[in-house]
Amino acid sequence: MAEILLETEGGDLDSVPMNVQMGPSHPAMHGTIKMRLRLDGEIVARTDVEVGYLHRGFEKSCENVTWTQVMPYTDRLNYVSPLCNNVGYCMAVEKLLGIRATDRCEYIRMIMAETSRIGDHMTCVGASAMELGGFTAFLYAIEVREEIWRVIETVTGARLTHSYCRIGGLKDDLPPDFGASWRSIRKKIRTLIDDIHALLDKNRIFLDRMIDVGVISADRAVSYGFTGPCLRSTGVDYDVRKAAPYMKYDRMEFEVPIGSRGDNYDRYLVRMEEIEQSLRIIDQCLAQIEPGPINVDDGRLVLPEKDDVYGSIEGTIAHFKIIMEGIRVPPGEVYSYTEAGNGELGFYLVSTGEGRPYKCRVRPPCWSFMQALHEMLEGYQVADIVPTFGSVNMIGGECDR
Amino acid sequence: MSKKALERLTAKFADQVLATHDAHGDETAVIKRDRLLDVLRFLRDETDLAFDMPIDLTVVDWYRKREPRFEVVYHLYSVTLKHRLRLKVPVDEDDARVPSSYPIWPGFDWYEREAYDLYGVAFDGHPNLKRILMWEGFEGHPLRKDYPINKRQPITTLLGEKS
Repeated sequence: MAEILLETEGGDLDSVPMNVQMGPSHPAMHGTIKMRLRLDGEIVARTDVEVGYLHRGFEKSCENVTWTQVMPYTDRLNYVSPLCNNVGYCMAVEKLLGIRATDRCEYIRMIMAETSRIGDHMTCVGASAMELGGFTAFLYAIEVREEIWRVIETVTGARLTHSYCRIGGLKDDLPPDFGASWRSIRKKIRTLIDDIHALLDKNRIFLDRMIDVGVISADRAVSYGFTGPCLRSTGVDYDVRKAAPYMKYDRMEFEVPIGSRGDNYDRYLVRMEEIEQSLRIIDQCLAQIEPGPINVDDGRLVLPEKDDVYGSIEGTIAHFKIIMEGIRVPPGEVYSYTEAGNGELGFYLVSTGEGRPYKCRVRPPCWSFMQALHEMLEGYQVADIVPTFGSVNMIGGECDR
Repeated sequence: MSKKALERLTAKFADQVLATHDAHGDETAVIKRDRLLDVLRFLRDETDLAFDMPIDLTVVDWYRKREPRFEVVYHLYSVTLKHRLRLKVPVDEDDARVPSSYPIWPGFDWYEREAYDLYGVAFDGHPNLKRILMWEGFEGHPLRKDYPINKRQPITTLLGEKS
């Protein structure tokens, strides 16, 4: 610092660019990520984003375990909405196997994925608001997430890393009182969301920090491979659930909210509106779901009932083979994609017919935003980094894998 | 829909397309490396193909299973026409490099860096081809099949020392 001052003695202090390291451990950083900034006064002139601090070798680990054992690893991709990842991975393996889950299973998967999406969006909105000083809105948003997690816990048995889906089915059916407990928390969530809207939508400070900050154009967003709320905020209506409906999304009535400016405020509004649509989808799922089996009827994929395992030799053998050798997946390659909290979550699987994935590539939606983040930061002020970085909702576990 | 893309591609670059398939509904073309950028540009610019969105880029390592060893895999999507295409480019281990698609889609920037970092396939013409998930100074490429899963490489550089 002293040298910089000496250099410019008698000159204009502001004209000297300054290099700042922001992160990897920084109070305003959601994940462990480092930004190297070149500042021209208060303006960000150049940004270099460095990721990889949370890299734990997802793909390498997957290549060394059975197809079923990959499930807990997928929980830890986007750890704010693990059920979306569970569903995405199961659908990819099922596509490669050439099977389709049962109707009831698909409805339950949709319900769980949509509840997770609400939790994901609420975390993003709440954290963004808190970083701009809106601590009340944060508490309300986290209360929504808490309710969501509570209901997910009654279904999956875990709050955060659920590992709920199975290839060809689910761990368990919904608890019998699920409909009633959903209706009661739905009412609560509705009120809380209205409160968040009332706190933020016309809040002068929030608007000043969000509107026309972190702008990206539709063309740039598409050529960078943006998906999810970040793409839709620019006005492109690409949503996997509409563009290539999977599970029962073709039977659902819902809208795809889009923005127009591609700024932080549009990303906030798109997320808030998607929560409304998710609530609609869950209501329709609960209305349409019918009793039935949750697992496919295939002894090579689904573990036998415990009575069978302990009571019959066939059951014991089937159980042993699935656990020790893993499910046999026919050789081939497949790319399967679903709409996760942050956008298109793709799995590119390659099988050689063995019990383990030959390759299990995940296409994380965050990866695309992060490479374009510098464009959304440069030219704005240092303080704008915080809301912009918050609104793209980078999740370290998913980005770095 | 995308069937047409494969037909168009084979008609235009008959000598470049090595094979095509559509297993599981994923339209796939295996193409030569020689005119890769021409093929990619064609796919992006033709109005009835319009692959404007880069979805994914990765590498498959067929170590001791197939020759050539590596396969660079591109997944493309068209937001306007809503169709998809997968391209695979086989490359030899001794000459593991393909031209960078960065000038065509900036969205492959980090994907190429990742492929280089984890598989050691180079992308010629990439503006900033350096490691992204692993640290500078890391030896080898961890997703290659001959990289042992239990190998450890502690970071030994001391604070202040230039790594």
